[in-house]
Amino acid sequence: MKVLVCIKSVPAVAGRITLTADARAIDTRHLGFAIGPHEECAVEQAVRIVEAGGGEAVVLTLGPAQALEQLRDALALGIARAIHLVTEGEEWDPESTTAAIVDAIRADEAASGPFDLILLGNEAGDSADYQVAVRLGRALGRPAVTAIKGMTIGEGTVRCEQEVDAGRDVYELRLPAIAAVLEGINLPRFPSVPGRLRAKNKPVEVSQPARPAQRLEMLRLVVPQLPAKQAEVLGRGPEAAPAVVAVLQELGVI
Amino acid sequence: MATTLVLVTTSAGVADEVALQALALGRRLAAGGPVHALVIADEAAATGLGAWGATEVHLARHAELGSPAPDAVARILHDLALRLEAGIVVGPGTEAGNTILARAAARANLPFAANCVDVTIGDPLTVTRLRWGGSLLEEAAIHAGPAMLTVAPHVIAATPTGGVAAVAPFTPELDEADLAVRVVDRIAAAAGGVTLAEAKVVVSGGRGVGSADGFGPIEELAALLGAAVGCSRAVTISGWRSHTAQVGQTGTKIAPNLYIACGISGATQHMAGAKGAKKLLAVNKDAEAPIMSAADYAVIGDLHQVVPAISAEIRRVRGA
Repeated sequence: MKVLVCIKSVPAVAGRITLTADARAIDTRHLGFAIGPHEECAVEQAVRIVEAGGGEAVVLTLGPAQALEQLRDALALGIARAIHLVTEGEEWDPESTTAAIVDAIRADEAASGPFDLILLGNEAGDSADYQVAVRLGRALGRPAVTAIKGMTIGEGTVRCEQEVDAGRDVYELRLPAIAAVLEGINLPRFPSVPGRLRAKNKPVEVSQPARPAQRLEMLRLVVPQLPAKQAEVLGRGPEAAPAVVAVLQELGVI
Repeated sequence: MATTLVLVTTSAGVADEVALQALALGRRLAAGGPVHALVIADEAAATGLGAWGATEVHLARHAELGSPAPDAVARILHDLALRLEAGIVVGPGTEAGNTILARAAARANLPFAANCVDVTIGDPLTVTRLRWGGSLLEEAAIHAGPAMLTVAPHVIAATPTGGVAAVAPFTPELDEADLAVRVVDRIAAAAGGVTLAEAKVVVSGGRGVGSADGFGPIEELAALLGAAVGCSRAVTISGWRSHTAQVGQTGTKIAPNLYIACGISGATQHMAGAKGAKKLLAVNKDAEAPIMSAADYAVIGDLHQVVPAISAEIRRVRGA
């Protein structure tokens, strides 16, 4: 199996989000970056598939120079090589992101053979556009499924499970196929020290696609104003228990 | 005035709540113009949509539409949008709605904006949409039409209009390629237990719990309250609890009457899933933790001492 996993480097926001002065980006001066949560699981899934059945797993990102760090993180977990489509830091909308990835996939497949499976996160941790996977499917003429929380590789097929109210819906796709996965499909491993060392020497192919006009054009970002709350402190330590129970009674919980 | 087409997803004869919210937005955007609703196969659900603002209901019937097939629905939606010369196509911002609108947009070679909370008609049409699970908003312009978008859940109220709409059944054109992605089997959910998403009370533990075993007192308190047990992402990535218990942007979004968050700092990722809670009680050692600015009530202290003390007090009050 040859598996491609597409990831996005996103700011590791913890507390309240602050924006840059032009309100077109998150102020990341005091933040690190990370692979999006769903995509961490997509990387783990790609590594497991290759561990179980052999083949090669490749990671791809479209993002600024600093996203190399997240590619190295994926390489440290067992991905063999990386493709970095380097941007100048501006956002790319989902259509132009898809187009750049499609070009990169076609070039890589022409040189190294086809990918049996392309994995993505269900939605990007930051922009949450919910569409690159199905756009890839349309452009490449391959079946694509989304919101996947269970996956089994068969003979030339992949069985994908999706959580729905009534239980789990099962899709069976003929390979080559595309799947966007949700966090929870697996529990990602942490990189080992030898893994990190090996990652430094793994190949990263770099190119700089041109950014086309944006048809879903981000104008500005806004941090929603939440009503400022002042928590009523019921007490300190276990002595607060009677005050807590009084609140539970007041709320009708007990 | 734009002709508006709304995808109304349904289950077993009932329109999805978020789809009715999409219909409410569609009606607003139509500004007195026609509001078309598309329903797949479900005649019972189609019949009631006039009361929720649809002026015409299109019911797609096809032998192959017995199980979910998102590319087929996307094709039906796109073909109908072309036939009606729709200016705006709206769907529910659910997993099912987002994937169908995204597929329809890809098929139509159009942009798509997911999870909108506001839409302003103009040239260009602009939207406000959710990022980071709602912790950030984006204002964006859509530079090609018809505008394809979904409505974020529970932002726009579904409002009954008391209207009546005729249901027009039709047989859509589908071919094999449209049916390559379809549900071939359904595994029924295990019965029993209060689900996290629907629980009236949720008790969660975070990094402060310290270990998988540390959840004992949290489970005990939850059992006393008939509550569901939740956790933060820090807990699931440490392997202490299964992801099904995770409250957050990439976990379950909860809406209980009371949320008791123990040893949870209140990171953006977590709060994106917890903001539906009506009341929040935080138990935390750190009086300055971010969760304190979202909490209604707080106990400052070590959860390992506070949580068992609350359970003991509940037992004492109940006389057990």
